[in-house]
Amino acid sequence: MLGFAVRRLALALAVALAVSAASFVLLRLSGDVAAAIAGEGARAEDIAFVRKAYGLDRPLIVQYAEWLGNTLRGDLGTSLYFKTDVSALVADKLPVTLILGLSSVLFALAVSLPLGILAAIFPNTWIDRLCLALAVLGQALPNFFFALCLILLFSISLRWLPVSGTGTWLHFVMPTIALGYYVAPAFMRLIRAGMIETLAADYVRTARASGLSPASVVFKHALRNALIPVVALAAVQLGFLLGGSIVIETIFALDGLGYLAYQSITYKDFPTTQAVVLLLSVVYIFLTFTADIVNAWLDPRLRVA
Amino acid sequence: MSAILTVEGLEVDLSVPAGTLHAVRDVSFEVARGETLCIVGESGCGKSMTALALMGLLPRNARRRARRLVFDGIDLAAASRTQTNDLRGSRMSMIFQEPMTALNPAYTIGNQLCGVYRRHKGGSAAAARERAAFLLGKVGIAAAGERLGQYPHQLSGGLRQRVMIAMALMCDPALIVADEPTTALDVTIQAQILKLLKDLQDEFGMALVLITHDLGVVARVADSVAVMYAGAIVERGTAAQVFAAPRHPYTAGLIDCIPVPGRTKPGERLGAIPGTVPALVGNITGCAFRSRCAHAQARCEDAPPQHAEGGHEWACIRGAA
Ligand SMILES: Nc1ncnc2c1ncn2[C@@H]1O[C@H](COP(=O)(O)OP(=O)(O)OP(=O)(O)O)[C@@H](O)[C@H]1O
Ligand code: SF4
Ligand SMILES: [Mg+2]
Repeated sequence: MLGFAVRRLALALAVALAVSAASFVLLRLSGDVAAAIAGEGARAEDIAFVRKAYGLDRPLIVQYAEWLGNTLRGDLGTSLYFKTDVSALVADKLPVTLILGLSSVLFALAVSLPLGILAAIFPNTWIDRLCLALAVLGQALPNFFFALCLILLFSISLRWLPVSGTGTWLHFVMPTIALGYYVAPAFMRLIRAGMIETLAADYVRTARASGLSPASVVFKHALRNALIPVVALAAVQLGFLLGGSIVIETIFALDGLGYLAYQSITYKDFPTTQAVVLLLSVVYIFLTFTADIVNAWLDPRLRVA
Repeated sequence: MSAILTVEGLEVDLSVPAGTLHAVRDVSFEVARGETLCIVGESGCGKSMTALALMGLLPRNARRRARRLVFDGIDLAAASRTQTNDLRGSRMSMIFQEPMTALNPAYTIGNQLCGVYRRHKGGSAAAARERAAFLLGKVGIAAAGERLGQYPHQLSGGLRQRVMIAMALMCDPALIVADEPTTALDVTIQAQILKLLKDLQDEFGMALVLITHDLGVVARVADSVAVMYAGAIVERGTAAQVFAAPRHPYTAGLIDCIPVPGRTKPGERLGAIPGTVPALVGNITGCAFRSRCAHAQARCEDAPPQHAEGGHEWACIRGAA
């Protein structure tokens, strides 16, 4: 298990390096950094001066090496738009996005696990259909519309929850529900399908034939094997939520990474965009790595790979 | 000898898209303590359904009925789910055909063996482990302590079936139902596993209901035999009675199909009874075997009479010789 973890970690680091290089090159190809630094309406010689001064005329590989060295030392450069340290900027926004992403996935699991298990125990019955309907409700409405409905109900009518901001955990309740409920159906379907399969498996029949309690049959013997694909989906969804929660961040004025990414792209703030892209891909790679480890723990057959 | 298991008029109906499939039709037999009963018949004749009905493990679309279904003095037909669950894995265990998939890939052998023991006997983890290691030794697995920490995928099919047998024995059952326990294994391993089952039976004294479609297996291990055809038992008796003087033409046909060492050349096609089993959906009138029977007559259109002769029973118009 330890050897497996070390090999996977080495692979994850290699992938992170490759992604950072690719994103660096792609971003440089997408626009002229010198022009962006020189500002709107700058003359050609100003741009040329900036290019020389910032070393942007050097080969890309040299610039990348320099950027990588700085990044590894924790120096992500200075934001062109906010005029502040990018590291500080990102460190400021990251927690909001992380909390929102994690709590949304946890909420999605909390909704979809019981619904998926129940549906699988009573497949093709009214229970099954009710569970599916409950799960799918979140996806039937557009994300922003559902969020607005929540605000209308909980903030304006009931006055239970604050409309926007990040002050307390209460601020995260509605965004979490809006995001988590939206991804819940995917989890629910996967859990249902997995449980239907494992409940019909020979080893579950063995467990029943051994007189094990229904709880032990469902949770110990069937659920563990059904969770394996769910872990991978959770990692992918979490990555998606971290990068893609921009609509929800905007609606609830959660000042997170999604919103920062949006701003930095709009204002051609290269260092910030670069940092956000790097951070999100590293987080994504880390999530995949974690999913691999969790799955190897769930399924001993995977540990040899 | 008192019977450990009495089955009278067992019926299993399955609801299928085409209607109701009568998988088990009016099946009756008895198993004495420590006895080996072999249930034999072609694929699809209802052997597994009979076994699952005894264990209360029928699929969801199945319904079980019986005039009498008594195990160890307990009326299974009237037992609650919890009562049946308390018996399973404890007083009665089951071994299945597919050792490759019958163990949970996510847990160690030790975990799965001990789980059964602690479910029924409680006690400490150490006691369960000790019992598991003891039984792994009994089923012929060397280095039991080490095997307990291994996962199913680290074991061969033969070893896994030995583990399944050890699991069935964990709580010292009075009856083991084994549904084709050797069919999925290599021929050499098949013989070893059969011998193991017999040896364990001698040592621990449990009764064995062994399901097979292989009369060669029956000849080696059975005390008594029940021959099933199209969901019903067509002949029943001691192994000596059935092999020496098969009364039902179907039994006789099956016996003719047993390969005889020396007489059957390698690669030669074994004899087989021509024709196919009738569909089990709906009612069968008359003798179910008549489309394949060399002795069929007009009278076979009616339900065949039951004959009994010194514990040897069969259902055919042909009486005692
Ligand atoms: N889950 C099910 N749903 C519907 N019909 C089934 C189901 N399982 C088995 N059957 C049918 O019930 C009949 C009896 O099946 P059973 O499994 O008892 O046969 P068997 O004698 O064990 O055969 P085999 O030697 O192939 O294991 C067969 O006709 C089979 O097609
Ligand atoms: S009853 Fe008739 S058809 Fe059936 S086995 Fe006997 S002789 Fe053959
Ligand atoms: Mg079968």
